[in-house]
Amino acid sequence: TPLSQHAYSTTARHGPFRLAIIGSGPAGFYTAHKLMKSVQNATVDMYEQLPVPYGLVRFGVAPDHPEVKNCENTFEEVAASERFNYIGNVKVGQHLHLRDMKPHYDAILFSYGASEDRKLGIPGEDLPGVYSARDFVGWYNGLPEFRDLNPDLQSGDQAVVIGQGNVALDVARILLTPVDTLRKTDISTHALETLSASKIKSVNIVGRRGPMQASFTNKEARELMNIPDVSFAPVDRSLFPSELKKLPRVQRRIAETIVKGTQTTPDDTSKSWALTFLHAPKSMHSDTTTNRIANIEFTKGVFSPDSDPYAKDARVSATTETMMLPASVAFRSIGYKSAPLPGLSDIGVSFNEKLGMIHADSWGRVQTPPSSSPEVISNDGAPAHVHGLYCAGWVKRGPTGVILSTMADAFESADVIAADWQRGQPFLNTTSDGAQSTGLGWDGVKDAIIESGTRPVSWADWKRIDAVEREKGKALGKEREKFVSVEDMLRVLDG
Amino acid sequence: HGHLDPPKPGEELKITFVTKDGESSTFEVAEGDNLLDIAQANEIEMEGACGGSCACSTCHVIVKDDNMFDKMEEPTDDENDMLDLAFGLTETSRLGCQVKMSKELDGLVVELPAMTRNLQASDFK
Ligand SMILES: Cc1cc2nc3c(=O)[nH]c(=O)nc-3n(C[C@H](O)[C@H](O)[C@H](O)COP(=O)(O)OP(=O)(O)OC[C@H]3O[C@@H](n4cnc5c(N)ncnc54)[C@H](O)[C@@H]3O)c2cc1C
Ligand code: FES
Repeated sequence: TPLSQHAYSTTARHGPFRLAIIGSGPAGFYTAHKLMKSVQNATVDMYEQLPVPYGLVRFGVAPDHPEVKNCENTFEEVAASERFNYIGNVKVGQHLHLRDMKPHYDAILFSYGASEDRKLGIPGEDLPGVYSARDFVGWYNGLPEFRDLNPDLQSGDQAVVIGQGNVALDVARILLTPVDTLRKTDISTHALETLSASKIKSVNIVGRRGPMQASFTNKEARELMNIPDVSFAPVDRSLFPSELKKLPRVQRRIAETIVKGTQTTPDDTSKSWALTFLHAPKSMHSDTTTNRIANIEFTKGVFSPDSDPYAKDARVSATTETMMLPASVAFRSIGYKSAPLPGLSDIGVSFNEKLGMIHADSWGRVQTPPSSSPEVISNDGAPAHVHGLYCAGWVKRGPTGVILSTMADAFESADVIAADWQRGQPFLNTTSDGAQSTGLGWDGVKDAIIESGTRPVSWADWKRIDAVEREKGKALGKEREKFVSVEDMLRVLDG
Repeated sequence: HGHLDPPKPGEELKITFVTKDGESSTFEVAEGDNLLDIAQANEIEMEGACGGSCACSTCHVIVKDDNMFDKMEEPTDDENDMLDLAFGLTETSRLGCQVKMSKELDGLVVELPAMTRNLQASDFK
């Protein structure tokens, strides 16, 4: 209402705008980038649980996609600003409680990504030899949490990947790419060792739906078609319309890539890959002597009679027919999932467990769920903005989309924060009598953080770690050799 | 951001960028400059997240004139793969980092598509 806008007018605000950002992936950095441009006196404290920044750009994006990581150059420019303060090795919710953070900031942005993976919920999925794609990707990218995964790629030659998104195709590509090609990338050395001893010859990527509904992109499919000495098992042509030209551009290009396949067939090459459509995993079975994964049973699906099989949103229903696929190793790649940060509810944030997202409007303003707690500044029970709280990236939109989409949604979060600030909307700690946050930011919380026993890592500290990683990489003829444990990262700083 | 060498006298090529708000700016550039470098050297808002290596599509532009579009070299498969992911893809979309200025493209006009929505008054209640 006009009245409340008056009561919270910007002229009453003094000092800079202090924003805490939780998470240093693309969502956090791109929000900081845009916000610091549009609000001239905005200062940002960015908290990251690991000593090292960039989230999935460092620990997700495949090592053979170094170009994608060039966005780090922009992030470095952001971090070079005097109004930006990086605080690594601080896990919000553990080393610092949200309720202790709140008094010292005008706003908090949640951009902590998606730290869990979705499970299939079928019998046998926890058998030895079954890995989550998230763990496997973290392992080859040197994520400390998974450095000891040590996946067994020697018990047989058939790998099965369940799920048909780009992460599934990344997993397949890493399994099939000649190790000497990977050696030049920043892939972890432990992964190179395991991959050089790998016996995997074929990778079958299985999806519940058809080719026109799969979520991988043409770039990733074409990359797999182009690996030397790797062939693609021809697909059932009837899954595609007879005239590919009539499909919409994006689907047409994917269809052309898959139908064209490779010049060679699996008989001619030492390794191969396949896409299996319309099969949903039902159960995983072990070999009775080794107790490891040996077979996966799938239920065959058909397109629902009222669905156009070539439409992006075609529905599939299960049949009674099943199929058994041998698997010496299996990867579950059906998506990532965000988890609630401890203490979210202390500051009025509600988390949608089902979708794995913070409850927010499409701009990224954290919202109360419909008709909830009484202290909410809303009289009709409609969702209301929890003032001063915002989100961006995978925790806002759900764990899908490339850096482009994460950037666009981070920019929107920055736009709405700036507009709310410029319009004199209430922020954290704003009350009608003019009280505001202490404006202390990091200075208000650092004692508590140090007391918690962690060693905060500054941007200058990270640059030292970065320099040592690059130096070690140089000696090995690669871009960088990542430290794979937090202790080793900190040893660079403190000896 | 990026520094570009000025064109030699008499060899200037004109390029115009039209932002999503309809603002247009024209620059005189040299043959061989790509649209991402030109935009960044002139503070035109173009992210170029992958630094011009055809891996992000944040440098998406829309060519205004079909004839001009036809004069350009065909996009490579790599460029098309990235264009597939661009927001608001059109028949005359290109990636700015992959288009180099040439004599044939003198007078080129490109539009920068909206990557984000504009806030409306109704977004503030
Ligand atoms: C395997 C894989 C490959 C991909 N490849 C590509 C690609 O080739 N091209 C492309 O464009 N996109 C790719 N993506 C997508 C891209 O990585 C995402 O769009 C993007 O990283 C999402 O950004 P985000 O900032 O929301 O999350 P994230 O990048 O996950 O960042 C979240 C950050 O928050 C930190 N954090 C979490 N909890 C806390 C806490 N409690 N306290 C402090 N910090 C915390 C995390 O450590 C992390 O650094 C890939 C994704 C995956 C999973
Ligand atoms: S700058 Fe990334 S595709 Fe052009």
